[in-house]
Amino acid sequence: MPKTVKLTTPLTDEDVSKLNIGDTVLLSGIIYTGRDAAHKRLVDLIEQGKELPIELKGQVMYYVGPAPAPPGKPIGSAGPTTSYRMDSLTTQLLERGLKASIGKGPRGQNVIDSMEKNKAVYLAAVGGAAALIAKSIKKAEIIAYEDLGAEAIRKLEVEDFPCIVANDIYGNDLYKEGVAKYEIRN
Amino acid sequence: MREIKANQITEIVKKLCMDANFYLPEDVIDTIKQAKEKEESQTGKDVFDMILQNIEISESEKLPLCQDTGFAVFFIELGQEVHIIGGNFVDAINDGVRQGYKEGYLRKSIVDDPVIDRINTKDNTPAVIYTDIVPGDKVKITFAPKGGGSENMSTVKMLKAADGIEGVKDFVVDFVKNAGGNPCPPTIVGIGLGGTFDKVAQIAKKALLRPIGSRNPNPKYSEVEKELLERINKTGVGPMGLGGRVTALDVHIETYPCHIATMPVAINIQCHCCRHKEAII
Repeated sequence: MPKTVKLTTPLTDEDVSKLNIGDTVLLSGIIYTGRDAAHKRLVDLIEQGKELPIELKGQVMYYVGPAPAPPGKPIGSAGPTTSYRMDSLTTQLLERGLKASIGKGPRGQNVIDSMEKNKAVYLAAVGGAAALIAKSIKKAEIIAYEDLGAEAIRKLEVEDFPCIVANDIYGNDLYKEGVAKYEIRN
Repeated sequence: MREIKANQITEIVKKLCMDANFYLPEDVIDTIKQAKEKEESQTGKDVFDMILQNIEISESEKLPLCQDTGFAVFFIELGQEVHIIGGNFVDAINDGVRQGYKEGYLRKSIVDDPVIDRINTKDNTPAVIYTDIVPGDKVKITFAPKGGGSENMSTVKMLKAADGIEGVKDFVVDFVKNAGGNPCPPTIVGIGLGGTFDKVAQIAKKALLRPIGSRNPNPKYSEVEKELLERINKTGVGPMGLGGRVTALDVHIETYPCHIATMPVAINIQCHCCRHKEAII
């Protein structure tokens, strides 16, 4: 049966080993944001053997391009963006110790295989639930690639950020299994 | 001739940009509530709960429903007895977008060049504007911000006349199934049939503006809408693609006459966050 698990970052192998597809995760602690352009820069640095602007070991990457922060709020609406755009750039980050990514939509087989190998999970956040998710973000600061605007890397402090385990470390994929369970064939 | 000032249009557009991004239409909210009752998957029910909580928070805190506040798309019905004074009509709309996206703290998502430079215009302009000249002395402005995620899961295909209505149905169901969780289901599926290569995409988008539950006036197409909704909801894709009974909230078909040699079909997918708002001057 799916369960609700509260986790605090950085995540350990033991933390992610407890998660199965369909579980709800309420995530607290520090997470980082990044989309296509920021991922490309991180992977270029890895390939050149240079130091990264963030430590990836045990960390969580959230695919989001938030709306501007209204006065008095740390961040604007901040729902997930589509993850497949990062598929060709994710395995390199998982090799460096990234423990979870958060986005929406299914991942490519290369990412699923790499998550199983590197003991990492993929968490689905609800697309469009951007105001709800923004409420769980207590602080936000840009820490790299400010020129990318909404796509810059931000350090977020979150409390009970709601997401659902879509891929666990055991190779299971809720996008495939959930759909197969409810498909009605004529 | 009735005179309407350009700055009046700018003011209305500014308000439409903000309101559409903070408040979903009632028919959409009601349909989402009904869909939650139909959903059997626990994950799907949880997704619906989060969507409904999000709607309440957006409304009370005036935060955009989705961080992707969209491409600013306008469908205008311009009465032929109207004379716009004191400025250019298109500039008036773009000025409204510029002001609305700034004052509403909405995300600016438009890049100036589509492929090579991709530099953000920083004010969400230019808008996409479709203008129909109609009888009368009023201007009806419908604003529909369109998110990039669901737009990416849209398509145009030139089918053969011999493919017939069964070919259209299979094409739509397969396409929606393959789009899976990417366009943020439960979706509204806008389908254009007929016209030309370009016209068909425009009517597919216009189909998204129809109230949920409304049917094509032609009973033959109305039946196809109902059948497609049923078949799409049998795919199992479910809320956010995580499996469930509710994949689409509705299917809307719009048609236009076409050439004897062609049968254009367009599918424009709208995420559950089906934002649109209109004003009449």
